[in-house]
Amino acid sequence: MTELLVNGGRHEVHGSVLTTLAEVLRGHLGLTGTKVACGEGHCGACTVLLDGAPALACITLLEAVGEREVTTIEGLRDHPLVDAFVRADAVQCGFCTPGQIVSAAALVRETPAPTREQVRHAMAGNLCRCGTYPKIEEAISTWQG
Amino acid sequence: MARLIRTEKEVEGRYTEQWIVVEEDPLDRWPEGPLEVVGRPAARVDGLQRARGEARYTADLALPGMLHAAVLRSPHAHARVRRLDFAPALEAPGVRAAVGPGDCDVLVEEAGYQGAPVAALAADTFSEAQAALARVGVEWEVLEPLLDPDEAVSRGELIEEASRYERGDVERGLAEADVVVEAEYRTATVLHNALETHQAVCEWEGDELTVYISTQWIWGVRKDVAKRLGLPPDKVRVVCEYMGGGFGAKIDPGDHTYLAAELARRTGRPVRCALTRREENLASGNRHATVQRLRAGAKADGTLTALEGEFTMAVGWDGFVSSTAGPMKMLYGCENVRTVELGAKLTTGPNDAFRAPGFVEGTFGLERLLDELAAKLELDPLELRRRNGADADPVDGRPFSAKNLAECYRRAEPHWARRGEVRARSEGPWRRGVGLASQVWYGGGGPPSYAWVRVGSDGRATVLTAMQDIGTGTRTAMAQIAAEELGLPLERLSVSLGDSSRGPYAAISAGSSTTPSMGPAVRAAAADAARQIVEIAAQRFEVEERVLSLRGGRVVSEDGKSWALEDVTGLLEDGQILGKGSRGPNPAGMRVLTFGVQVAEVAVDVETGEVRVERIAAIHDVGRVVNPLGASSQVEGGIIQGIGHTLSEQRLLDPGSGRALTVTLDAYKLPTIADVPEIVTELLDVPDGHLTSLGSKGLGEPPIIPTAAAIANAIRDATGADVRSLPITREEMLRALREARERAYAL
Ligand code: FES
Ligand code: FES
Repeated sequence: MTELLVNGGRHEVHGSVLTTLAEVLRGHLGLTGTKVACGEGHCGACTVLLDGAPALACITLLEAVGEREVTTIEGLRDHPLVDAFVRADAVQCGFCTPGQIVSAAALVRETPAPTREQVRHAMAGNLCRCGTYPKIEEAISTWQG
Repeated sequence: MARLIRTEKEVEGRYTEQWIVVEEDPLDRWPEGPLEVVGRPAARVDGLQRARGEARYTADLALPGMLHAAVLRSPHAHARVRRLDFAPALEAPGVRAAVGPGDCDVLVEEAGYQGAPVAALAADTFSEAQAALARVGVEWEVLEPLLDPDEAVSRGELIEEASRYERGDVERGLAEADVVVEAEYRTATVLHNALETHQAVCEWEGDELTVYISTQWIWGVRKDVAKRLGLPPDKVRVVCEYMGGGFGAKIDPGDHTYLAAELARRTGRPVRCALTRREENLASGNRHATVQRLRAGAKADGTLTALEGEFTMAVGWDGFVSSTAGPMKMLYGCENVRTVELGAKLTTGPNDAFRAPGFVEGTFGLERLLDELAAKLELDPLELRRRNGADADPVDGRPFSAKNLAECYRRAEPHWARRGEVRARSEGPWRRGVGLASQVWYGGGGPPSYAWVRVGSDGRATVLTAMQDIGTGTRTAMAQIAAEELGLPLERLSVSLGDSSRGPYAAISAGSSTTPSMGPAVRAAAADAARQIVEIAAQRFEVEERVLSLRGGRVVSEDGKSWALEDVTGLLEDGQILGKGSRGPNPAGMRVLTFGVQVAEVAVDVETGEVRVERIAAIHDVGRVVNPLGASSQVEGGIIQGIGHTLSEQRLLDPGSGRALTVTLDAYKLPTIADVPEIVTELLDVPDGHLTSLGSKGLGEPPIIPTAAAIANAIRDATGADVRSLPITREEMLRALREARERAYAL
């Protein structure tokens, strides 16, 4: 039994030593906003925040989370970035989008008005096969309205 | 009255004839340009659901009691199963059932490619299923792989008979030419990699099967599954509410669906069968590699006198031969053309449609050849293309329903004119240049397709049709079209799609056909509802129908009086107004195509061979644009995939064993945000005057078609080097630079 702090709530969860955070979020807690597209740390679809820093839930073991607070897209639903993504049309199929928004939230918390280079650097680990990249840049540069 | 007519249907360039029933009178065409809702940028109606992580994809579905399947796949490019022993696996924790060859006809004893499915089992969790898979006893007889398409052709190993095409007299055309160029071009096998992998959940209730599936064609899955399982189609329900990308590879039900259905039947439980990313990159389809041996002849003034091509496609163990010769036949008005297309059967994963299959590859070859020709003729590449435009379909002389390629070229001029300034920005080892390439593709859609529109007493409307939105924004486009016709703001529209039990038959989302197929059906359904509203209002308010129209959420009379829509529909309380509509035929005897041109700017480091794309201007004519915002996203998405194909993407095989080396997303290089250039989108937005009441064509595929050739031609402009192979690795770039230097010395 492990205690997990997710989006402000405490949960008792079971898992083996090999259970990943993504499995727990999606399978046990029903937080399916976190997507898994590769399951091996290569695409960024599963990005969540651990104490505010982006982490890949598919290769983060439940045991390794410890006391850190997990924030998923469900915890960021009212973040202004969500509207900014929709307004800019940075959502095509949307499968990568929750992960993109979580990464972007970490970026703008540190750097509210990032330069284009900073955006490209911070977001390069989040793949989007639909090619929403130009609109993601736009969303992040207009998120404050 | 219902009229039965015979009409032509086209999907991905393949034409068939079919009967359709037309019920309505044709609607008036809307005027050109932005209307109230149609033609104006709209954020996606389902954008929030997707962005907030609320949208449920097939990948997110968890049904009570659901089991998870894992598939045993061949680790060899070519092998036969000698012995298969499930016993140890069946004793593993959580395992409920196992199937092998003979139990389900997608499982094979002779594996013709690495990743071919041989056996599958279902367990309580996916990790249990995977763990049990390792305990299946299997003995392989490894067979000889066949990987080289030219070798396959010389051995007569073809997927189907060679496809030959000829018009005019190519020998005479070549004899009359002042200049002849010939070259060999190659394109690599590339992988779709939609972020949601191929997957399905199957559940039986009695003799009825529900298939939840990530698909581009709900009704195609329904038909195929019913046929293969011997069920009446109405016993198969197919659901796809949200879909994480397809790009062509998610049209058929796929092996995973049949495995899930069989395992679900055996266990009496719902079963999920989802490919892992690695399986996705082995066994879910690809864009086949091509070898193109091309020749062109032209008069000194640039008039093409002959085009000739031999195209060899590395199709794989199965699949179809994409029409790589298509652009050569269709793009230019050359009188003498001869092509042959050969589909090599290899021990590699079957190809599948991938965003403009064949035309992406064929346009790379043809449009590179045209630039090599322009150089030899010392003609401006844009001018060369202009001089060879076709006024009617060069294949069969049919008139075009609309063709505005000349206007696309005119709009390309300012981008093309940046050449001098771009070249002047070369510095040090970085050489800069500009290149262009043209685009031709289908995209007219067609019947049958149906939609219903329901208007409630609250004056809100819902579009119902069992189509799918694969991420292209069709929910939004359909809402816009219905809103326009009903005179309602977009916020008062809902769209219910994604379930074969919840709406009528809808077209495939492939071949750039969703909007042109579905849009007119939705408009017709909305018009039917609007007509009924006007009839009711006329009776209620005692005015003539002909003075009434629907605008701004109101029923408006010519004399200036108006009533809120709710005041009319509210009379009905629980009653509803139900409109229905269908897609009419395409214009008889006409060719419906899309055209465009892209202008690319690149920088090449001539010392290291690094290539950077700095800017792409995309000018396309796809008829009326329903949602300019969504359309620009489609264009950007196509171009970005095109950049991937051009510079980084390539499925690599070990040449000895035929095993793939690029099955993960760190080995297979998709473009990232850091690879994206400035993209300028210009859509002509002129309705096709002959095509449906909407005049819209599809936009999914056109933008990816000319990208590779435009980039490669820009490289020539920057460096004088002719790259002839995709992707343009540093190796290929340095080879081309060396060749260009040697050519210069020889002069
Ligand atoms: S799913 Fe975690 S990085 Fe791809
Ligand atoms: S929106 Fe489809 S993968 Fe990003």
